[in-house]
Amino acid sequence: MAVRERLSGNEAVSYAIKQVNPDVMPAFPITPSTEIPQYVANYIANGEMDTDFIPVESEHSSMSATIGASAAGARALTATSSCGLALMWEELYVAASNRLPLALCLVNRALSGPININCDHSDSMGARDTGFIQIYAENNQEVYDNFIQAYRISEHKDVRLPIMICQDGFITSHAVENIELLEDDKVKNFVGEYEPENYLLNASQPMSLGPYAVSNYYMETKMAQNTAMQNAKQVILEVGKEFGEVSGRSYGFFEEYRLDDADYALVMIGSAAGTTKDAVDALREQGIKAGLLKLRVFRPFPDEEIAAALKNCKAVAIMDRCEGFRGKGGPLGAEVKAALYDHAKDVKAFNLIYGLGGRDFTVEEAEEIYKALQAYDKEGKPFAEYRYIGLRG
Amino acid sequence: MAATDITKITEKSSWQDITEGNQIYAAGTSRLFNTGEWRTQTPVFHSEKCKQCLLCVPVCPDSSIPVCESKREDFDYDHCKGCGICAKVCPFDAISMKEGQ
Amino acid sequence: MSYNFKAEMNKPERLAPGHRMCAGCGGTIAVRAVLRALHEGDKAVIGNATGCLEVSTFMYPYTSYEDSYIHNAFENAGATMGGVETAYNVLKRKGKIKDDYKFITFGGDGGTYDIGFQSLSGAMERNHDFVYVCYDNGAYMNTGIQRSSATPMYADTTTTPVGSQSNGKMQNRKDLASIIAAHDVPYVGQSTLLGNFKDLHTKAEKAIYTEGACFLNVMAPCPRGWRYPTEDIMEICKLGVETCYWPLFEVDHGKWILNYEPKKKLPIEDFLRPQGRFKHLFKKGNEDLIVQFQEEVDRRWEELQFKCSR
Repeated sequence: MAVRERLSGNEAVSYAIKQVNPDVMPAFPITPSTEIPQYVANYIANGEMDTDFIPVESEHSSMSATIGASAAGARALTATSSCGLALMWEELYVAASNRLPLALCLVNRALSGPININCDHSDSMGARDTGFIQIYAENNQEVYDNFIQAYRISEHKDVRLPIMICQDGFITSHAVENIELLEDDKVKNFVGEYEPENYLLNASQPMSLGPYAVSNYYMETKMAQNTAMQNAKQVILEVGKEFGEVSGRSYGFFEEYRLDDADYALVMIGSAAGTTKDAVDALREQGIKAGLLKLRVFRPFPDEEIAAALKNCKAVAIMDRCEGFRGKGGPLGAEVKAALYDHAKDVKAFNLIYGLGGRDFTVEEAEEIYKALQAYDKEGKPFAEYRYIGLRG
Repeated sequence: MAATDITKITEKSSWQDITEGNQIYAAGTSRLFNTGEWRTQTPVFHSEKCKQCLLCVPVCPDSSIPVCESKREDFDYDHCKGCGICAKVCPFDAISMKEGQ
Repeated sequence: MSYNFKAEMNKPERLAPGHRMCAGCGGTIAVRAVLRALHEGDKAVIGNATGCLEVSTFMYPYTSYEDSYIHNAFENAGATMGGVETAYNVLKRKGKIKDDYKFITFGGDGGTYDIGFQSLSGAMERNHDFVYVCYDNGAYMNTGIQRSSATPMYADTTTTPVGSQSNGKMQNRKDLASIIAAHDVPYVGQSTLLGNFKDLHTKAEKAIYTEGACFLNVMAPCPRGWRYPTEDIMEICKLGVETCYWPLFEVDHGKWILNYEPKKKLPIEDFLRPQGRFKHLFKKGNEDLIVQFQEEVDRRWEELQFKCSR
C-alpha cells in the first residue's frame, strides 16, 4: 500500500533521493534548495542510505564533481537554485555533451540582481539550451514522482543525457502538502540498478573522456546529442506510463486541464497551474470554455503535441515566469508560438509575463486573462500582449 | 564494451559513426598519429659510443626513445620532434643532431 | 622507496607518443616522470585541467593515455577528480568494482594557481585521496604566453609586455606549494626536471602512495614562453635549483624538509640570462631590477631554510 504523508517539496524530492539511493551527491547550499542536501546528509548520518555526500566549496564544483562521479561509473546527482545553477553554466553543457546520465534537482528561483530568493523560472529557462532534459512540477507529488522517473529516462541507452527535475522555489519547495509515497521496494524495482556500459573505473577497458575536437567532429557530435534528446521523447512517455502502472499516476509531456473543448487556454509551467485550475473551474461555472495546458516536459520540447492540444482553441495566452529581454516576451512564449506557427497557424496566441521574483499570481488575475482572450475573440477587443501581470504603474 | 577502433573515425566520418559523447574506449591511440614530420633537425644515435646510461630516456618529451631489457634502441622517428634535449644531456656524444628529417 | 634508475626506465611507457605538444616541451617530460612513479600493474585514472597538455594529449580520437583519463574544464580539475575518487570509494564499498585505483590530476599554472585555485583548495581541504600535479611553466602558454600568478617578476609576457614604460610583470610569483601546505594536507612536494629524475620520481611516488590529498609543484619550462633553445631545458632547470629560484623541498605530514642545498648558491643572473623573457633586465640601466630580483629570491630562500630548520 502506498504511504500517505505530509511533506514539503524539498522533503518529497529528498525522500525520493533516499529511496533511489544514488552513489554520489556533491552539493553546495543555496536558498531555496538548501534543505535537499541537508535532508540527504541527515539520512546518511542516520544510516538510512549509503550515498557519499561531498560538501563542495561551490556549485561549479558540485556539478564538476557530479560529472566526475558519473564518468567514473556512479549514479550521481546534485541540487541547486538560481545563481548556483548560473555558476554551473559551462558544466551543464559538459555533462550533456559527455552524455552523462546524472540528475540535478533544481528549485527554481529568480536570478540576481537584485538579489531575490523567490520563485521564477529564469534560472532553468536560461539553461534550456544546455542539453539537459528538463521536467517541471506543479506540486510536491509531481516532484517526487518526477525524481523517481528521472534515472529511468536519463540512463536509457537511446538517451544518456543529464536530467533536471524542477520545482518552484518556496511555493512548492517549502509548502507542506499531502503526498502519496511509494514503498521502498517498489521504487527500487522501478528504478533498477545502474549498470553503465562505459566508465572510467571499468578495469577491462580504459576510457578517455572530454577531448579537444576540431570542427570536423563538432557538428557531428551535436547531431548525435540532439538525436538522443529527440529519443528522450519516446522514453519519457514509456516511463511515464509504466510509472502509472506502479503508482496510479501516469505522466506525459503535459497535463490538459479541461482543454478538450476549450475556446480559451492558458499555457504555463509549474505551481501557478494550481491557481489557474481554480480560475478555469470558476469560468466554466459561468459558461466560459476555459482550459489549461500545464507543460511538464520543456526539454525535449513537445512542439507537435502542444500544437495538437491547442489547435481547436480560439485564443491562447502563454504565461512566462521568466523575462527574455527580446522585447516581445519570454522563452515559453517564443517556443509555443513557433510550434503553433508550424503546426496550428490559425490559433491566435499571446505572451504574458507573470510571477517574477516570487510575485503572487492570483485566481482573479488568471480569470481576467481568460476574459481578455474572450473579449478579443468575441468583440475584437485588442489583447494587450507582452505585459507584466500584477505590475504596479 | 568493445574497444574503439579509431582507424574507423576520421574527419570524414558521418555523425552516426562518432563515438557517443566523444568517448574513446582504448589506450594510447595517439601512437597512430605521426608527429615525426614536424622535425626540422633529427637526432642520430651512435650505438658504438652509447654506454647505455639511459639518461636520454626520461628527458624525451615525446616518449620516442624505446627501452628494451635495460637497453635503449634507436629513435622512434614516427614521433620524435627533433628538440635535441637527448643530444644535449648525453655524456658520451652518442647522439648528434643533423639538419632536416 | 629506493630509486633504481635503470629499472624505472625499463617500465612500460604510460604517456604514448603522437601527442601535439611542442618540440622540447617540459610539460610532457614532467607528466612522463610522474606517471612512471606508478607501480607497474597499478591502475590509475588521470585527470587534466584544460591547457596545452589537455588539448594536445587528447585530441579526438587520439588519446596519449594508457590509463583512463578525464578532462572536464579549465577551473575544476580538483573537484572533478574529487568526484571520481568519491565514486571509486562508493562503488568499491558496494562491491561494484574490484580493482584498486590511484588518481592523479595534471594542471598548468593557469588551471592551478589561478582559475582552478578554488576548486583545488576545496579538493585539498576535503582531503580526497588523489595527487594534484601542477606543471608550472609560469604563464598561460596555451593561449599564447599571458602572465599568471606563477609568472616571476619582470618576465616579459603578452599581457605584461616590456616597453618604454614597462619592465614586464610587476608582481612577485605566488608561492603555491606553501599555500597548499597550509591546507594541512599529508604531502606537498616541489621539484623540477633534473639529472636522473630521482627527486621528482621519489616525490611523485610518495604523493601517489600517501593516503589523502597530495600536491606536487613541478617547474616545467616552456621553450616558447621562456624563449630559450629547446635543447637547453635540463640546464635551465638545474640553474633554477642552483640559484635557489626553485628550491627542492617537501612538506611531509607538516614537516618541512629541504631536499637540496647548493654548495655555492649561484647568482640569479645565471638563471635569467639564458631566457629571452628576461632579456631586458640585462640592458644598461636595469641593474637594479636584477638586484631586486636577487633580493626576493634570497628572502624566500631564507624563509624556506627557516621553515625547514624547525
